[in-house]
This record gives sequence, structure tokens and C-alpha cells, in this order.
Amino acid sequence: MDLYQELILEHSKRPQHAGLREPFGAESHHVNTSCGDEITLRVDVEGEGDDAVIKDVSYDSIGCSISVASASMLAENLIGLTLREAQEVFGATRTMLTSKGQAAGDEEVIGDAIALAGVSKYPARVKCALLSWSALQDSLGKLGLDLTGGAASTTEETKA
Amino acid sequence: MAHASFDAARVREDFPLLARRVRDDKPLVYLDSGATSQSPESVITAEGDFYRTVNAAVHRGAHQLSEEATDAYEGARETIARFIGGRADDIVFTKNATEALNLVAYAFSNAGAPGAMDGVDEAIASKFALGPGDEIVVTAMEHHANLVPWQELARRTGATFRWIEITDDGFVDLDSAREVITERAKVVAFTHVSNVLGTINPVNDLATIAREAGALVVLDACQSVPHMPVDVAQLDVDFLAFSGHKMLGPTGIGVLWGKHELLEAMPPFLTGGSMIEIVKLEGTTFAPPPQRFEAGTPNAAQAVGLGAACDYLEALGMDNVLRHEQDLIQLTLDGLAERPWVSVLGPQDAGARLGAVAFVVDGVHPHDVGQILDDAGVAIRTGHHCAWPLHRRLRAVASSRVSFNVYSTADDVEAFLTALDRVPNIFGLEV
Ligand SMILES: Cc1ncc(COP(=O)(O)O)c(C=O)c1O
Repeated sequence: MDLYQELILEHSKRPQHAGLREPFGAESHHVNTSCGDEITLRVDVEGEGDDAVIKDVSYDSIGCSISVASASMLAENLIGLTLREAQEVFGATRTMLTSKGQAAGDEEVIGDAIALAGVSKYPARVKCALLSWSALQDSLGKLGLDLTGGAASTTEETKA
Repeated sequence: MAHASFDAARVREDFPLLARRVRDDKPLVYLDSGATSQSPESVITAEGDFYRTVNAAVHRGAHQLSEEATDAYEGARETIARFIGGRADDIVFTKNATEALNLVAYAFSNAGAPGAMDGVDEAIASKFALGPGDEIVVTAMEHHANLVPWQELARRTGATFRWIEITDDGFVDLDSAREVITERAKVVAFTHVSNVLGTINPVNDLATIAREAGALVVLDACQSVPHMPVDVAQLDVDFLAFSGHKMLGPTGIGVLWGKHELLEAMPPFLTGGSMIEIVKLEGTTFAPPPQRFEAGTPNAAQAVGLGAACDYLEALGMDNVLRHEQDLIQLTLDGLAERPWVSVLGPQDAGARLGAVAFVVDGVHPHDVGQILDDAGVAIRTGHHCAWPLHRRLRAVASSRVSFNVYSTADDVEAFLTALDRVPNIFGLEV
């Protein structure tokens, strides 16, 4: 079936940047109550406002292949980016994931996460793919940084 | 191993939904009846006919329709009472088993309010008195519906919440039960059949231990009443709860059965219209049970639908249903045993279980297993099935579950096993 792209399986078996690391500025623990998937995510940031640089994203993720792969892709995509750039990646990823199969995603912006395009056809799985993002959004929020750049939050969208 | 008395292929024809196709026109293989079962035409018709012919508020109107609606509603109560060997007066309609269990839990906390037990025999009133030093006991295999309300009751009253351990092969540990249930226990609540392990629990053994301690016994019968003969006269329990939507009936209707003298003593859970005796601005007295526990306009059409579901099951014969479903469990266990990359949760012996088979594919998350099966039109449940502490106890993050009802067939089991064989392939497991 086309949901399980090779890239998803690779990331879920060998998640990139996995494990919880020091130093970190904030940490969040999020749970997908419908299936019990869990993630603890840490983010380390240098600088202020939209120019702040994401120095590290580390995580401990227990869950299905989609949620683990999505966390792995998130870390791979965001480490080293400014908050402004991260907002763009998040926006593009979220648009693809919530498109109900209509948006293929832009590989230039979201990298390997393009392989998650098929997830958008399965509403129950969109939550799995967004779990790490909602944890990141929460962590950044604790540091006074807004991942959405002012747009709606992932948690609200995943409830829809 | 088909039994002459039971023709599942014939039974299937009564269930219109099972003709559906899903996921690019594949025939539906519905193996999630433990969550919600499908309804036969007779149930759908009974519910529809209520709206088409007699719909009105029950127990209220001064007109013919209201009389007929009331007769249909009360007739359903009698049918359901007969189905479980009880009396109609001891059947309380709720919206589901969860509400039924909360109704009992709230009777304990409401009994503590000043005046709530006035006029009640002291021996009975004392059974509902709960406070610090008293204990509430469940098992480690409970569905959240028979766990969280008791935890919360403990929190509200200051009583202590305790649980009975289970064995590694998925049985209630009776030694643990004897240890945990002491004279401090006021209520012991447990499931008749586990919705994950499928284990059929020794109700009367546990009840005997509870009785010796003087505790009330609450049975969660959600996964037994749909699948086996259940007779409240044979079970040594005080309360029994189940849901209509798991036994071929509609959603929005559930049942609490209780011993009459206990229901009679209990303060109400929800209050308002239909449950009163006399209302004055200075204060209100309450109707006798079951009305005392049915505040507001009830789900009458759904009660009538549930009555029709009981008639349908009665006609099949619950002994036949039990045998048929245990045959399917045996087939499933045999099939899974041939696949060493699968571990089954719960008893290995089909005779010790009912309703469901939960399993784990080693190295693949249940959510992914469910997705691959869904792609083949096979509907199962994945996750912790509202039994998170049980999964923690079994050291499983989550599990996949197939579950059966009267219309399930050996072909369904075959289709499931065939679809399951795609999992190691897609996930590159060594098999
Ligand atoms: C064993 C058990 N108890 C309680 C429940 C709760 O039933 P309901 O959600 O219909 O209230 C269920 C089903 O979900 C169950 O399987």
C-alpha cells in the first residue's frame, strides 16, 4: 500500500537525532489519547524572536511508524534553522497533512517529510504525524516563541 | 467444526451493513464488534417503526400516542429483563454501560449527603457509607469505564482505591483477590469478560470473597451479555451493567440491573423530570426505581431497538451463539499460533475466553497493523482499547484486537489472517 513509503519505514526504524539530549531550553510530553502514542521532545534555541536559531531538537518517541518517522523528519528538517524558516517548514508540512489527499507537498521545503503525503487521506493518522509538531509548538511556546507565526495551533487542527 | 444449529452465513443476511464495500470496493470484513456491533434489520425496523408510528414522550402525555410509546418502552424493559433472567422493575435504562456504572458509583457518594438515606434500613444504608478507611476494589484488567468512576469515587469520599492483580496468562489472580479484598472493602467491581484478553472471569468465586468481606459486587457485563447466556439469578452479584450497541442494539441505550432492595435504597444520580414523586419549592421526594434513575425524557426508540435485539439473540439461542463464537476464537488462536511473529494476549485456551482476541506483531506498532488490515477491508481495533493499565501490566504499548459477534464467520477469520500476512512483508520482518 502506498502509505508506507520506503522513507517512512527507514525513518521509523532508524529515527534521526533520537534520544533526549542536554542542553535544552524547554521540554514537552504529548500523548495521542486515541492510540497511546507518546513523545517527549526537547528543543534548544539561541537568540530571540523569529531570528532565534534552533540549535537542537531531541526526543524520545513511542508510537506507530508514522509518528516516529514524523518526529525523525522534523528533527532532520529543523535543526540549524531560524524560527522563521521553521515556521515555513511547519506551515508547509501542516498544509500537506491536513489536505485530505489534495496537496502533494513541496520537497524543497519539507524534505523527506514529502513521504508523509499519503497520511493526509487517513484522518486518524494525521494526529500521529502531527504529534511531534504539537510537542515542538508547545516547547517553543514555553520559550515565548510561536511556531505558527500567528496561525492556528496544531492541537486545534488535529481535534477537527 | 460448523454446528448444525448455527448457520452464520444465513445470519449475516439479516445485517444490511455487512454488504458494504470499503477502501476501493473491497468487501467489508468487520472484526470490531467488541467496540460496536452491527444491527439486524429487525432492530433497525423496530427503532424506525417507533418513530414512524408511536413516537411521543413516554410516561407523560394524556393521549393515545404517549400510551403506545410508553407500552413499547416498558415492553422493551420486560423483554430485556427476561433476557437476563431478572425482573423489569430492576432494569434501569441508561445511555450506556459507562453511565450505568457511574450511576452506582454516584449512589455511594450521594449517600453521604445529609438526609440522603433517611428511612433506609440501617443494614443497607451502611453498605453505601464510604469514607476514609474504606476500600474500593477493582481488577487490573478493567475497561476505563469500570475503573475511572471508582478512582473518582475514592477521591471524592476519601476511600482507598485498590486493585487485584492478574496473572501473566491473563487470569484474575485469586490469591491476590483474597489478599486485597478485606473487611475494609465496601465495593468490588470487575468485568465478567475482559474486552482485551477475552478471559471469562470466575464471577462467583470473586463474589464469594467479596461477600465474606461484606462488600457489594458490581459486574461489568458489557462483553458477556452479547455473547453467552447470562442469568442474574445464577450470578451472585448486586449490580450488572451492559451496553445495547455491543449486542446488536442501537447506540444511546444501556442497562443497569440491580438487586431490588439496593435500588430501592439508593439516592438518585441525575435529577429532574420523570424521576420525582412530589415536588415542592421546599423540597422533592423521588419515585421508586427504576423511574428514580431515569431523569428526563429517555431514549425510548433505542430501548425498543434493544428489546428487538434481545428477541433476535433469543431466537438464535445464546448457547448456540457462545459455541459459534468460541469456534471462531479457536480458529483465530490456531491461525495466529502458526505465525511465530505474533504474540497473543490472554489465555491460550479458547474455552477460557470469549468475544475478542488481542495480539501484538513483534516489532510493528498496532496502529500500523490496523492500517494494513484496513487497506484490505478488514476492520479491527488498535490501541489500548480503553484498558491502559492492563496494557502497562502486560508490558505492551498497545495491541491489535479482532472481535466477533453472531454474524462473524470462518471466512472473516481467513480474510483477517491473509491480510495479516502482508504485515511482515511491508515492514521487512524476518519470518
Ligand atoms: C468491558 C467493557 N466495559 C465497559 C465498556 C463501556 O461501554 P460503553 O462505552 O458503551 O459505555 C466497554 C466498551 O467500550 C467494555 O468493553
